[in-house]
Amino acid sequence: MSASRAAAVDGIAAWSAEQRGARRDAGRGLALAAPAALWTIAFFLLPAGTIVLWSLFRLEGPELLTEPSLDNYRRFLETDSFRLSVWHSLEVTLLVTALSVLLAYPLAWVIASRIAPARQRLWLMLAVLPFWTSYVVRSYAWLLVLAPAGVVNRTLLALGMIDEPLALSFSLGATVTGFVHFFVMLCTLTIYASLVRIDPRLRLAAADLGASARQTFVRVTLPLSMPGVAAGAFLTFVICIGDYVTPQILGGNTRLLLPQVILLQINRRADLPMAAALSVVLLVLVTAAYLALARWLTARRS
Amino acid sequence: MPFCGRGVGRRGPPRPATARHGTRAAPLRATDVGPVSATTSGNAPKVCAPAGARAARAEAGGGAAFLKEFTARTKIKVNVKDYEGTGTALALLEQSRPGDWDVFVVDSTDVRRVVERKLLAELDPKDFPMADIPEAVRLPDYHVVGGRMYAVPEKFGYNAIAFDKSKLPADKARDITTLWNPAWKGKVAIYDYYLPVIGQIAVALGRKPQSLTAADLPAIREKLVAMRANAALVGDVTTSQTALATGQVAVVAGGGEYSVAGLQAEKPNLDWVLPDVGGIRWQQAIGVFAASKKRKAATAFLQYVLSPDGQAKLATSSCYWGMPANARATLADRQKKTLRWDEQPKFLARSHPYPSPSEALDKAMQDLWADVLQK
Repeated sequence: MSASRAAAVDGIAAWSAEQRGARRDAGRGLALAAPAALWTIAFFLLPAGTIVLWSLFRLEGPELLTEPSLDNYRRFLETDSFRLSVWHSLEVTLLVTALSVLLAYPLAWVIASRIAPARQRLWLMLAVLPFWTSYVVRSYAWLLVLAPAGVVNRTLLALGMIDEPLALSFSLGATVTGFVHFFVMLCTLTIYASLVRIDPRLRLAAADLGASARQTFVRVTLPLSMPGVAAGAFLTFVICIGDYVTPQILGGNTRLLLPQVILLQINRRADLPMAAALSVVLLVLVTAAYLALARWLTARRS
Repeated sequence: MPFCGRGVGRRGPPRPATARHGTRAAPLRATDVGPVSATTSGNAPKVCAPAGARAARAEAGGGAAFLKEFTARTKIKVNVKDYEGTGTALALLEQSRPGDWDVFVVDSTDVRRVVERKLLAELDPKDFPMADIPEAVRLPDYHVVGGRMYAVPEKFGYNAIAFDKSKLPADKARDITTLWNPAWKGKVAIYDYYLPVIGQIAVALGRKPQSLTAADLPAIREKLVAMRANAALVGDVTTSQTALATGQVAVVAGGGEYSVAGLQAEKPNLDWVLPDVGGIRWQQAIGVFAASKKRKAATAFLQYVLSPDGQAKLATSSCYWGMPANARATLADRQKKTLRWDEQPKFLARSHPYPSPSEALDKAMQDLWADVLQK
């Protein structure tokens, strides 16, 4: 009786100690997570919440009406130029993302597998060299390269391939070129990081089992490097769809993208509620891209 | 002393631009100059100026001649913040504490909006050389509200036609129909600001920009669509200036002295002109914030800006050129030639200030602009 009682007391003591430990762990976890949580609240949730709140306000003449309404969203749906800006933004962003990944992958693969490890850092540095110049300067540089008297047209004329300069700048092509130049570098870094993490023995094992080089790439290297591809594609999507400078300089306003339309609401009329509503649309697009890629990444990892 | 003026921006009167080879700046548009802030030793005023006013910022921030001389004379240092459009400036001011800014450079067409928000202090005309400002430039309808003057004209110019003489004959440049004549398809750039461009089309259609109503918009739209179809681009000051300087286009609709005067030494083939049918005049005004705690320093800065020396430096600033509001500005003959000084009486008579639409009409104009650009 006393032995079983002692065992019960020991059990309770052990349970209490376990509980205390669990509470300590929980407290420590909370303390460790707090900075990140506070950061997210301060720099994401609060600003995003403010934008959503403002999108429900309305500007009537010079007056700001704070009674919540969906008028701005209704106006978005009813106005061609707003809806077209979303379509144009998606068109440019998806094109840029696809081209950037397609061009970056071979470059990253060559650096990761065909360059001696000691020299890879140098090659990576060379690949990201254009990052060292200002974004605006780079865009204007492209404008000059694509101008009628620019390098491209002069070369084509000298080679006799054209009789008169092509209108290359101030176009969708110019905008995409400027973007891709930037994002290829970004994607190269993320894809390279994925490629170098792949255990080389996996490729050897595939070869031992009779896989051809193509089969090894398609069934081993490519799937294992997809996290890097997805990360690069997502970063490209997010930055590209929210960018204002490149389409403004290189696109010549041949079509307005969503960020340009947002700025149009603010510049003169200070219509912050409408700009906020359009920003929420932008946020929804970015969130959709994240969810799509996040699901895909999770599936791959599992 | 903080001074708020319009900076280089996408919209608004001439925004500063960078020329092809370096740092030559671009024009300042009437709507460009924003807040500026200046400082005396320990008591500096701040100026808020429009993006067009990037000139002011460059001068203030970089210690260029214009502000350097003021500081040397008065021991007052001026801090400048530029902005892109009046809407941006108003948002900036709403986020500032009262007294953060002392001087405001703003498009004349927006002075009333700013006064309605009780942001500007009344000015005493006796403090400024009003008699030396051409009558057409004084614009009391814009600067005087309820019988009280709140801003003084600071600089002006034209959103007219900038062109390449080697590609477009001067008589064609003076002919407004060139802008929508299919013969010049792909050779036209349009300055990316709906107020002056819509105003110019209104003038071409025989309407007064100040009296436009929603009923005028369909006819304006028709011409705007035709002009857009002819255009290689619709761009801000820098972009349209670059397109003209690199030969991509032959003419900039909405361009003016601000977009080519600073480039003429390197590119003598570039010129500007007011269309024969008349055109649009950008005007910037300067005032003192009602909440300024350094009104004396701010007023001294305004007086310097309006002085003949200050006006000459402001008119030929490296950022962009424009006509001085004070006709006694001490400009050299060569500078006067570039600014077409002798033609000013004629240009002033044939030009109109920016439209000053109601909020509703402004919104309709902006929607029209976005719609035409988008299609």
